[in-house]
Amino acid sequence: MEWGRVLAALMGFLGDFDLAEEATADAFATAAERWPDDGVPPNPGGWLTTTAKRRAIDLIRRRASLAEKLSLLDQPESHLDEKDEMDEFDDPATVIGDERLELIFMCCHPALATESQVALTLRALGGLSTAEIAGAFLVGEETMKRRLSRGRAKIRAARVPFAVPADHLLPERLAAVLAVVYLIYNEGYGGRVELAAEAIRLGRVLTALMPDEPEVHGLLALMLIQHARHRARFAGGDLVLLADQDRSLWDGEAIVDGRRLLDRAIALRGRGQYVLQAAIASLQLEPEPDWLQISGLYERLIELTGSEVVKLNHAVAVAQAGDPSRALELIDRLALDGYSYMHSARGELLARLGRSGESRCAFERALALSRSEAERRFLENRLSEL
Amino acid sequence: MQYAILIYDKPGSYEALAPDEFERVMAEYGPITEDPAVRGGAQLQPVLTATTVRVDGGQTLTTDGPFADTKEVLGGYYVIDVEDLDQALEFAARIPSARMGGAVEVRPIVGRGALETRRED
Repeated sequence: MEWGRVLAALMGFLGDFDLAEEATADAFATAAERWPDDGVPPNPGGWLTTTAKRRAIDLIRRRASLAEKLSLLDQPESHLDEKDEMDEFDDPATVIGDERLELIFMCCHPALATESQVALTLRALGGLSTAEIAGAFLVGEETMKRRLSRGRAKIRAARVPFAVPADHLLPERLAAVLAVVYLIYNEGYGGRVELAAEAIRLGRVLTALMPDEPEVHGLLALMLIQHARHRARFAGGDLVLLADQDRSLWDGEAIVDGRRLLDRAIALRGRGQYVLQAAIASLQLEPEPDWLQISGLYERLIELTGSEVVKLNHAVAVAQAGDPSRALELIDRLALDGYSYMHSARGELLARLGRSGESRCAFERALALSRSEAERRFLENRLSEL
Repeated sequence: MQYAILIYDKPGSYEALAPDEFERVMAEYGPITEDPAVRGGAQLQPVLTATTVRVDGGQTLTTDGPFADTKEVLGGYYVIDVEDLDQALEFAARIPSARMGGAVEVRPIVGRGALETRRED
């Protein structure tokens, strides 16, 4: 996360995203070259930031024909004096201002397309290369390069602010930031584990930067608790349902950490969608989950989001709490005909109610809609059991 | 930083207002127009007064009606000078058409700085 911190400091200093990225990349390259021989300086972040600033000034000088950019040099920056710089490197106590929050809000600005928000956040905060981001999203490097440059061009031309939004805008903007992080996480949950880990790292940065925002803690708690089970979700490429998972494969430390964050979120009076989802995820880990309580939490989540998928999960919780007929009624009201999970959930309920013919039809429909190999195998097994 | 604030109205949305409501909505434009950020702007005559011109091989083609055949029609615009996009978006959100089924488009105006960055691309 040092990359994000250095880039943010440079962005605050220069106000030019492209230049800030170039100078940061150069500073990291210099470090990779020198540190193995010279040793890591006592204050690596300070070293990188100062080196990047010096590099940026070189770049600006080289582009001296651009008079407007030169005016940046008029800004008083007394500590850029060569001698002071060296003092700064040597003093581990030097605190480099943290402007990563400004950087996150800029990258996740709602004026940018979602795919640009995601790509810019991974690039700027996560320090991932364009090729790495492209690989994670299974798109070509050229496509990802275009996505990033479209985002950067808009930031520059429309002057998307490098700032933490004013209080009256904060709830909406924070929701956008959290949505981007959760989107990154969910891409990873589909099997590409590195993105999930990256999202968790971003979540940790956010909790450090916004320690009093309950939803920030809620989101990190949710990601940690879900991610704790990732090794148990598949067995030799086959999907394993929560109830059948080998609990010894769960990451106990992540669960403890997630639950601690959830407690903190609740203590901050967090009742938002991520806090609720984290609470549900936590309750589901119990050997005998309290499905009535879970179904109650889903009801509150429905009030907040109105989401059909949440309604489906609610119906499943109602069935688990012992009322499959009511669950089936709830599912039959949903507008989710193209969603394979709706049909597999229906199939399960119909099987439990002894309506095996209808159950088969539902599973077949789920199978036709499923896009993942592991899921298809799971559904085929289920069909052969009926 | 200058932005064009392009106001697209939903056709008939103003005509549908009761007279006193219409007065109230129009009165909202007063303080918006008086905002110190405003550098210019205009309200346009209804779209049925529009004429579109194209020149093809030296031949001028004149047709009745607006250029874009969209549901919303450009009803007016402001040019504002503010610090950044957030301020421009807040200005845009105050315009009544935005909540009356229309939409307001915010477009940065090409200035000295923007021309420069264009050349760099």
